[in-house]
Amino acid sequence: MKPTASDRINSARLTSWAAALAICALLASGASAETATAPTGAAPLAAAPAGTDDPALQPLKLQRAVPRANGPWTPVDHGKFAALKGPFKSPRDVTSACLTCHTDSANQMKSTIHWTWSKKDPNTGHMIGKANVFNTFCANIKSNEQFCTVCHVGYGDPDPAHFVPFNERAENQVDCLVCHDRSGKYKKIPFLGGNPAVERTRVRPGCNEVYGTEEPYVDPPDLAAVAQSVGAPKRENCGGCHFYGGGGDGVKHGDLDSSLVKATKALDVHMDANGLNFACETCHVASNHLLAGSHYEVDAKPTGGALMRGSAHGGNPASCQSCHGDMPHKKSTLASTINMHTRDIACQTCHIPAMARGGVATKMKWDYSSAGKFGPNGTPLVLNDAKGDNVYWGVKGTFAWGRDVIPQYAWFNGSEDWMTNGEKLHPGADGVVEVNRISGSATDGKSRIWPFKIMRNNQPFDPVNNTLTIFHSFGFDDDAFTISGDWNRSITAGMKDAKLPYSGKFSFVPTRMYWPLAHMVAPAEKALQCAECHADGGRLASVAGVYIPGRGSDHQPWTERLGMLAVVLSAAGVIGHGLLRIMMWLRRRRGEAA
Amino acid sequence: MTTERVYLFKRFERFWHWSQAALVIALLITGFRIHGVISGFDVETGIRVHMYAAWALMALWAFAIFWHFTTGEWRQYIPTLDRAVAVARFYAWGIFLGEAHPYHPTPEHKQNALQRLAYLWVKILINPMIWISGLALLFMALNWTTLESARPFGVSLQTLAWAHTIAAYMMATFFVLHIYLATTGATPLAHIKAMITGWELNEQ
Repeated sequence: MKPTASDRINSARLTSWAAALAICALLASGASAETATAPTGAAPLAAAPAGTDDPALQPLKLQRAVPRANGPWTPVDHGKFAALKGPFKSPRDVTSACLTCHTDSANQMKSTIHWTWSKKDPNTGHMIGKANVFNTFCANIKSNEQFCTVCHVGYGDPDPAHFVPFNERAENQVDCLVCHDRSGKYKKIPFLGGNPAVERTRVRPGCNEVYGTEEPYVDPPDLAAVAQSVGAPKRENCGGCHFYGGGGDGVKHGDLDSSLVKATKALDVHMDANGLNFACETCHVASNHLLAGSHYEVDAKPTGGALMRGSAHGGNPASCQSCHGDMPHKKSTLASTINMHTRDIACQTCHIPAMARGGVATKMKWDYSSAGKFGPNGTPLVLNDAKGDNVYWGVKGTFAWGRDVIPQYAWFNGSEDWMTNGEKLHPGADGVVEVNRISGSATDGKSRIWPFKIMRNNQPFDPVNNTLTIFHSFGFDDDAFTISGDWNRSITAGMKDAKLPYSGKFSFVPTRMYWPLAHMVAPAEKALQCAECHADGGRLASVAGVYIPGRGSDHQPWTERLGMLAVVLSAAGVIGHGLLRIMMWLRRRRGEAA
Repeated sequence: MTTERVYLFKRFERFWHWSQAALVIALLITGFRIHGVISGFDVETGIRVHMYAAWALMALWAFAIFWHFTTGEWRQYIPTLDRAVAVARFYAWGIFLGEAHPYHPTPEHKQNALQRLAYLWVKILINPMIWISGLALLFMALNWTTLESARPFGVSLQTLAWAHTIAAYMMATFFVLHIYLATTGATPLAHIKAMITGWELNEQ
């Protein structure tokens, strides 16, 4: 907000009054000459009220720290640019306007995974990214792109039935606004290929959260107002997709949901709105629109100290260690003992004591096999539990939710074997298909023990071809499962779209997906206490390859048995010996007395 | 039966005994808490007290070893079988009948044959075992994975911890017996008083 003329006059008046009062107070208190020199800074201001606005007369005040998070971080008021005056006929016109100054931004964006949804995994050589892999939520993007690209940084064809591949799109089809809008009025709409509403659009029943409105319709945004608001991304921008992934608030990650927008200190010590108030990009530092940190590229064991300005570290700024170093505990008298843990225990393991701590539930289980039931009125059946959590939805199946969920723990070296489209199933010993099997062990020298959200599903597969099936979930056509509730039909359409063979037979297989946790970092005093792991049946009860003092399964059983036996027998022996001594002594005494 | 008073335990010796007793008790309690055998206070307190007490005990041992060698008191622990059978018979039989102890300690020979063996066992087996495994745990617990390359001297943390545990159980057993045997003097409190004042009662 810009100060108005009357604001300025008022503030000048206030300053003069304050200075005059200060002088009066000094005179009244009979201050010595020495103390009276202290507030002389105020005296010239009082003497020259007309000059209070002159920056040259203001006290020297330098920037003392890194820029405040969550500010626009820019010397530019985009509202003053002629190119952004509008009106804009389409969001692409806004991008064209952006590109008149930010000449390379679209090209930069188009090289990142935010655009391609596809990259080659340097660990496995597989093609990964949303476009290539399965998940245990809606399973697969293929044949559902016009719906899923509501979270893509681009504009496709608003026709719900026509997907334009990303690499066939022009520069002005990059969506600048979804990340840079600071007005909060920009909203992409599902089924429109990543476009905001182009006209008043009816909200599909039950989908208000995805449309971002409580109304039964969505109006097109005022693109000029949105364009003039742009600046550095706010939490709401990143969160618009990353908080709502998987179909709703908190569904996907467990450590990312809308409670982080105005986080409390207890929820996240760095994002505390009344404290450090980090923006997402404080850690996910960007350069040329490429952001640090990704689930596809987890730095499970960053080494070395904190990253210093100018150092040729090549480290990952989106890691705890990049600021805190690898010996971060200093205040506690147990600091050296706790620091011993950093080699093998990820910071997150102790400092994220539970996920979904902000009151928003996260989805823990999804069972597609029960989907397809319709209510008496012919619409998909919806069942909510007492907490208001949706436990059944005809178009998706059965769900289980969790709040304050204790994570699962495993050795993790950052490498995940993603199940890609068409890949043959290789279920584990427990019969569960892991769509992103994590690698790591106590002995590979690259792993630490990490916390995970484990998301389970029971999803359709082709028992003849032995592959997970791609199915057409979302659309307005009759092949879409959400319309027909017909598995065979939607799988046929999905597999055809993916150019993969389908035998015509389907069944359901239990699946599992690992989500390494890195957000909702609790303040130090809320971190795990020793006994959470250093105990029998503690949090790391099933983690192998490490000796954990206090964990019974690590003890040498015969040492414990024989050791205890020696102590107990000694105690029993001396007690017996002592009793006998007392008895004999009493007898002797009686004898003497007699 | 007559008794005589002998000045057995010098000032340092008594200070050493009681401070060592306090530290060993603290280490046993906190150690078994960390180990998960007992409860009643948090692991953090256990580790904190265990580490400070361990350092204090090591410092004390350094002084005690110096004292033993400079005063020649180490000779008190040279093993012998002199009157060993008589002493054993006393504890198994004579003590119940009110007999006098067959061994009469003197400042030059404070310990009877069984004491010598017991304390020698503590000094050359239990203590070094605790000391070495404990120091390794203090400094090398970092290398606690099963990673071959990360095992100091080829010993895994698990092996060290097991050794430390075995020594701890031996110490606990010693402690139980020691406390009881302290009551077997001329009067139940005679030995304990002797360790406080230095003056022992010898029954003739």
